[in-house]
Amino acid sequence: MKTLPKIALVTLLGITLAASAAALKTDPAKSTVSATFKQMNVPIDAKFKQFTVAIDYDAAKPDASKASVEINIASFDLGDPEYNKEVTKKEWFNAAQFPKASFVSSAIKSAGAGKLNVTGKLTIKGKTADVTFPLTVKAEGGKQIFEGALPIKRLAYNIGEGEWKDTSMVADDVIIKFHVTAQ
Amino acid sequence: MQRYTKTAIALHWLIALLIIAAFLLGLNMVEIKGFTPTKLKYFSWHKWLGVTVLGLAAIRLLWRLLNKPPAALAMPRWQHLAAEGMHHLLYLLMFAVPVSGYLYSYAAGVPVVYLGLFEMPAVIGPNPELKPVLKTVHYVLTMTMAGAVLAHALAAIKHHLIDRDNTLKRMLP
Repeated sequence: MKTLPKIALVTLLGITLAASAAALKTDPAKSTVSATFKQMNVPIDAKFKQFTVAIDYDAAKPDASKASVEINIASFDLGDPEYNKEVTKKEWFNAAQFPKASFVSSAIKSAGAGKLNVTGKLTIKGKTADVTFPLTVKAEGGKQIFEGALPIKRLAYNIGEGEWKDTSMVADDVIIKFHVTAQ
Repeated sequence: MQRYTKTAIALHWLIALLIIAAFLLGLNMVEIKGFTPTKLKYFSWHKWLGVTVLGLAAIRLLWRLLNKPPAALAMPRWQHLAAEGMHHLLYLLMFAVPVSGYLYSYAAGVPVVYLGLFEMPAVIGPNPELKPVLKTVHYVLTMTMAGAVLAHALAAIKHHLIDRDNTLKRMLP
């Protein structure tokens, strides 16, 4: 009996989305979310393989835009299966308890042609913080490409506990980069 | 007794020491299970040692080409040829072992940052297909070098203790 309200909710959401002309359809194959950090000064770039992005954007009314991102933490790929397993553990992402990281925008403001300033809440490992970052938008072959980089401090989200708090080993600065293709 | 030049002697022993250090560090670091700061530190140090060996090997090869080594000592022709062949192999491996490790690191998507200061040029990009191949190549070349170094050292000791000639003495500091 529990499924009925769920169906109603999904239908309602579907109607809401359909009613908004600015909701874009993202192309996961042409979108990436990655994290760049330094380990003993060695730059490492790793991708999140599974994520969903919802963007509401109308070039005519940029300030009415909305964006949300949900990332499947266990899909973080360091290029080595053993390392991928390690970073899902408690000291790092604790993926068992916090399987998702998310970003939900609270305000998007136009900052000149093709530029937006995005403010919102970033949640990783159960910690939520207000963040602001610049985003660029460009039209390419009938599609919109959104690109941005969000610098964070990993320790603010408890990523790397215990002996991994040592920032000479893994730097505190991490840049979350994304490239989203939508239509 | 005609000895090797002071530079050649210094390079020989310095490189020998660094190769042994890199070899022992390499054997140990791959045995560390999981993901620990020590493991990451050892990997970085191992790579720094490798880059140092590669640089010194280049200097040594240049020095060897520009400076005549001491004349060959009296020994059977087969021994002379074996020694010559072994020296060529060791020179080759001094380059091949670090180069294979360097390429393996880049194929794995991990740049080499010498001493944590200088990022080395990326000769190849991340390559998941090439990564396991280069891992095997690095391992096989390393073990070949371990065997060659052992044979080289045993031959030198044999010349010193049994033949009682100057083979080892002319390379001693």
